[in-house]
Amino acid sequence: MNRLGGDTLRPLPRPGRWLLYAVLAAFAVFFLLPLVVVILNSFRTAQEIARTSVIGWPLGLAWQNYAEAWGGYCIAQRCEGIQPYMVNSFLLVIPATILSTALGAIAGYSISLWRFRGDTIVFAIVVMGVFLPEQMKLIPWALVLRELGLTNTIGALVLIHTVQGMSFTTLFCRNYYIGIPQDLLKAAKVDGAGYFRTFWRIILPLSPPILIVTVIWQFTGIWNEFLYGVTFTTGGQQPVTAALIAIATTPATDLVEYGIQSAAVLLAALPTLLVYFFGGRYFLRGLTAGAVK
Amino acid sequence: MAALSVRGLHKRFGTTDVLKGIDLSVESGEFAVLLGPSGCGKSTLLNVIAGLEQPNAGEVEIGGRVVNAVPPKDRDIAMVFQSYALYPSMTVRANITFGMECRGVPKRQQDEAVKRVAALLQIDRLLERKPSQLSGGQRQRVAMGRALVRDPLLFLFDEPLSNLDAQLRVDMRTEIKQLHGRIRSTIIYVTHDQIEAMTMASRIAVMNHGEVQQFAAPDTVYNKPANLFVARFLGTPPMNTVRARLEVENDALTAVIGGIARLPLLEQPAAVRAYVGRDVFLGIRPECIHDRPGGTRLTAEVEVSEPTGAETLLLLRVGGERLRARVAPDARLALGQPATFSVDTRTACLFDPQTERLIA
Repeated sequence: MNRLGGDTLRPLPRPGRWLLYAVLAAFAVFFLLPLVVVILNSFRTAQEIARTSVIGWPLGLAWQNYAEAWGGYCIAQRCEGIQPYMVNSFLLVIPATILSTALGAIAGYSISLWRFRGDTIVFAIVVMGVFLPEQMKLIPWALVLRELGLTNTIGALVLIHTVQGMSFTTLFCRNYYIGIPQDLLKAAKVDGAGYFRTFWRIILPLSPPILIVTVIWQFTGIWNEFLYGVTFTTGGQQPVTAALIAIATTPATDLVEYGIQSAAVLLAALPTLLVYFFGGRYFLRGLTAGAVK
Repeated sequence: MAALSVRGLHKRFGTTDVLKGIDLSVESGEFAVLLGPSGCGKSTLLNVIAGLEQPNAGEVEIGGRVVNAVPPKDRDIAMVFQSYALYPSMTVRANITFGMECRGVPKRQQDEAVKRVAALLQIDRLLERKPSQLSGGQRQRVAMGRALVRDPLLFLFDEPLSNLDAQLRVDMRTEIKQLHGRIRSTIIYVTHDQIEAMTMASRIAVMNHGEVQQFAAPDTVYNKPANLFVARFLGTPPMNTVRARLEVENDALTAVIGGIARLPLLEQPAAVRAYVGRDVFLGIRPECIHDRPGGTRLTAEVEVSEPTGAETLLLLRVGGERLRARVAPDARLALGQPATFSVDTRTACLFDPQTERLIA
């Protein structure tokens, strides 16, 4: 059916449609189940979970789990909850996102609109970073950080994510800017605008759709990043993703605090979830937007 | 004084020769049109003049100064683009003042310049709008305003009307011509539209394959095309160019078409005598083959008849050759039947079949 591509899909007959919905619903439940379990457990006390099972309906609403996870629970001998680690993550994510987006915009602008000899090769090399596995770059980074004296600092993670993020941000921005007519650049040249004035006055005001995309992409990616965080920082310097593992591996008592751990996970996921809820629309819109209508 | 001189200009893109030795001199105050089919190099030539492309060889001189090493902004030029290239995020006012802003012109002077140009182009009420809020014609005016505000030595227009609809194009054509009459600056205007070229130009440079075929006044280009390309490019429909044999009959030079039709030629210069007894290309404008009295009689078979309202275009057959004719709008001729027409051979042109050049 639909081989010619011109005719639209005909709706399935009724029994078939219900079967389809049933299968889809089953998959949805299957994929959502872990999240549901975490949400439910975040409202259950450790005693309750120990008495019954890790899967179960909360008997009451144990809000103290959230308070404890945020500011009291002991992680690696510090009993301040995940709050300091959340702060670390913000201190890392905000500059790394801004820097990688700004540099990607400038790089994409150069590659797409100021053609130079070998520009496609430069672009190919930059974009190759998208495809390289993170593990491959651990040792080179370790050497670089030691040379720079940045070992075990948040600054080290900012540097890493800025540099590595440029592959994506350059790709995004270049593909967007390539849609800007060359005539605009020519007009700017005749008008006497140079490289930076053209960028600042003409290109940047056309960029919000793609900048929103790169900011969301970078923020989410860097916030959720775990490998570099856990490798290059320890103790109080760790981002929240690394600290969550420390929570799971510090059973201070014989009672496993599943409730507090679940609350901590949800709190740590909150920033990216909020970005998704409030920015997701712009993300989808920006990916398909053209620069000039 | 020559406002623009181009000498021996060559431009290559990869292995393609786009400009093959262009020589052109445009006087101050002239309206010079670069006309040619797409891919003939006319836009590249304009970009080289503007400094947006670097030539591989040759010189560009603007106002007596060789500008090969001068960046576009210092060449004392202004440019209007086919796509208008208005800065989308800026208001009309900012679009017009951006060049002055880059050159550091004081704000007061900028405001006065905008006022002057806005009044000239009647865009005063659009100044605070964004380009996306303008119609095609308005954008076109703003693009012109951005060029005019600079008051340059040389205006460069790159097919500025080709994005407008037909009616607006005709209006703007008239307006640009009036504007040129008023400001008297030098204009280099690129187009592929021969009507624009014929109506606006003081001289037309007809280009093909990266070479200037002819650079002359519109009348000359139309009536005395330098070669077969120009003859076949200009005019809708273009000049008939048919093979004919030159003979002398009763002491008069006669062109024989298709072995049957004999057209005596008047006022032919001495150079033509050398071609007697040989084949040449005979060029006759369709409007010189008509159904009014006078001229030489020609009998031809009517193959196609196209009434356009203002006239009727005919495709005629004479021996093995085909000719286009322009006859009265109400002429209704039977297809496939011979009919008799009048041919005005006074403006007929003869071309050398080898060199394809006009026989002077």
